[in-house]
Amino acid sequence: MGDDEKSVPIRADADIVIARQEGRALAAQLGFSSSAQIFIATAISEAARNIIQYAGSGEIVLDHIADGDHSGIVIIARDQGPGIKDVQRALEDGYSSSGGLGLGLPGIKRLMSEMHVKSTPGKGTTVIMKKWLD
Amino acid sequence: MQVPILKQGDYLIATIQSALTDADLLQLRDELAARVGQHRSLGVVVDVTVLDVIDSFSVRTLRAVVHMLKLRGAETVIAGIQPEVAFAMVQLGVTLESEATALDLEEGLIYLDQKTKGSSRHGRR
Repeated sequence: MGDDEKSVPIRADADIVIARQEGRALAAQLGFSSSAQIFIATAISEAARNIIQYAGSGEIVLDHIADGDHSGIVIIARDQGPGIKDVQRALEDGYSSSGGLGLGLPGIKRLMSEMHVKSTPGKGTTVIMKKWLD
Repeated sequence: MQVPILKQGDYLIATIQSALTDADLLQLRDELAARVGQHRSLGVVVDVTVLDVIDSFSVRTLRAVVHMLKLRGAETVIAGIQPEVAFAMVQLGVTLESEATALDLEEGLIYLDQKTKGSSRHGRR
């Protein structure tokens, strides 16, 4: 994690707006196009919404990443909620454990370059999303 | 952040001015349902031009707005979704397919004129 690391606590619906605005600001600073900034902000909004909906509270961590010639943004959505029983299924379109739209994780994945989900039932969920600069 | 709702003839125009929290969006929904009755409005334009994020909750709430106002006898059109926001909505997988949409406020008002033709009580159009 670099010097740009920033954590946004997610406790209420207003924090979703703060998290996506911070994410968009960092993406702009890192040189992402306006379109990519909007993708990143939308992904953050959905991830933060999942935290509120399933865990009640958690955090969104935003940071700059570099890997060889590549650089980009990483967003970590972390909570200590009930966790996801079947992560593979949660990544399929149309699946939702709370009767929502069922688009959460697959939708986020399509907005970003990479997404990884780690979840332990009873312990919580961490979603790591990355978007690389072209 | 409250959304100002202007009355223009038989229509209401709700112009979103900044990013909205979930609570703000729900308040807009309730406010519109009440105002449509107060003003006996035939149509509503919800202008979302300034929104840079339209996520699953926003879409669900906008759909609820359209449906509720329809039940109250008013046509609703969502105007001003920006091209990049539309692209993000497609990637996210959210849709506004059975809801009326328009390029901007002007097109939204033209749509309402067509939809409510002949039903104006004031005979001004």
